[in-house]
Amino acid sequence: MDSTAIRADFPILNRKVNGQPLVYFDNAATSQTPQQVIDVIADYYTRYNSNIHRGVHSLSQEATDAYELARRKVQAHFNAAKAHEIIFTAGTTHAINIVASGYEELLQEGDELLVSAMEHHSNIVPWQMLCEKTAATLKVIPMKQEGTLDMDAFTALVSAKTKLVFVNHVSNALGTVNPIERILKEAHAVGAKVLIDGAQAAPHIKVDVQALDIDFYVVSAHKLCGPTGVGMLYGKEALLNALPPYQGGGEMIAEVTFKKTTYADLPHKFEAGTPNIAGGIAFGAALDYMNGIGFQAIAQYEAELLAYATKALQSIDGLKIYGEAHEKTAVISFNVNGIHPYDLGSILDKMGIAVRTGHHCAQPIMDYYNIPGTVRASFSFYNTTSEIDRMVTALERAIGMLQ
Amino acid sequence: MTITEIQEEIVNEFSFFDDWMQRYEHMIELGKSLPLIPEVHKIEDNIIKGCQSKVWVHANLEGDKLHFTADSDAIITKGIIALLIRVFSNQHPNDILNADTTFIDQLGLKEHLSPTRANGLLSMIKQIKLYAIAFQTQLN
Repeated sequence: MDSTAIRADFPILNRKVNGQPLVYFDNAATSQTPQQVIDVIADYYTRYNSNIHRGVHSLSQEATDAYELARRKVQAHFNAAKAHEIIFTAGTTHAINIVASGYEELLQEGDELLVSAMEHHSNIVPWQMLCEKTAATLKVIPMKQEGTLDMDAFTALVSAKTKLVFVNHVSNALGTVNPIERILKEAHAVGAKVLIDGAQAAPHIKVDVQALDIDFYVVSAHKLCGPTGVGMLYGKEALLNALPPYQGGGEMIAEVTFKKTTYADLPHKFEAGTPNIAGGIAFGAALDYMNGIGFQAIAQYEAELLAYATKALQSIDGLKIYGEAHEKTAVISFNVNGIHPYDLGSILDKMGIAVRTGHHCAQPIMDYYNIPGTVRASFSFYNTTSEIDRMVTALERAIGMLQ
Repeated sequence: MTITEIQEEIVNEFSFFDDWMQRYEHMIELGKSLPLIPEVHKIEDNIIKGCQSKVWVHANLEGDKLHFTADSDAIITKGIIALLIRVFSNQHPNDILNADTTFIDQLGLKEHLSPTRANGLLSMIKQIKLYAIAFQTQLN
């Protein structure tokens, strides 16, 4: 992979922060946007900004075509059987809430939902709210010290009572790649459905929802070189049809009278109101961009970055890495003996290095390790080993100041 | 020294540093010298809400002056508290209530802290003023 050429696509990487060239290692929070995607957004507002699906005029038709083409790009990328199984949402959280809200009518007392111990809060709280409303029970799939799920415990938990299972494909705080094939297989064997939070996996792994027999898969475009405020809910057609609509409004109806309103077919049933049109189109362009580089090349390059960074960080005295699963994406969560992650992150920032600190919206993981949080460095295909060197040097200086 | 004089002294002290790395170094040193809160006061009631790192502040009246002790699990946060305590500790509650905090703007502290820390800083000042209100009522 030609990282110099790739970096040239990302104008923000030329920025200085606090007088230092930016080293951006917060890719798990949001990825940066290549010029190709920025151009698509600018082009939409410059040439054909208009509302979609209902206009008779040419601009509206152009915008509708571009938006629906983007949906088919997303469909092709995830290999969904049908374009209308791709629901454009505001992001992963929104997508999860659509499903959670829909299941309110489909669950009853005594039903069990399983959630993994290493979920982002957005894949915990909507289900807790659902359980409060339906008297269903939420059970937790525990995790192990190296940051993997306890799969024996999962097997023991799954039963005929299990209706839904929630698990992330990749943990945002630890980078662990979870064994979703096994989870899907065992859940399906008892008739349960599985929602997979793919927010952290999609930037690194190309997912085939049909081959894996996935029920629901959710992602955010902004972690995939796309813009914020747009994402995807993939659901099997029959499952989406069974869910009641999430929001009422325009676009999602077939016919409205004051006696009765009938709902539109998929995907519009879940897309009430004017959507993020430019965002949807740019989401498609972002997938084009990443597929242009190739997910295999991305995965291989990022694995090299991960191995390089892991080795370099392990050489620092007192540094402990959380999440040592055999299969990981390019995320390293760590702490240094006696130093609060916040302090490290603040000093790194002053040296131009952007990392995330805190609980990463995954407090149960932090409670499990009994720590207030971690420093998280997350890498993307546009990062380099020389940037990792800079982080290590900066870390050593910061540790010297703080200890 | 009055609260205003102490604030001027701090602003003057920070003006010797060229960049924010040095200012952070100074804050870390201040944090290390912070008069620590006794363990008995490190309780849930004394935790300031709104800080991402844990912050405990305790106040007690000595004569007619309010005396503060504090601690945090993060050292830069301790440095910030140390500055606040230097400004507000051993002052009359009424003076604390009426004091402004111009030194924070003059140091550019808010701009140079992460948004969560800047919020935490405001929460700390609010808590200090709440203590002042409470003890002022006792003195009246």
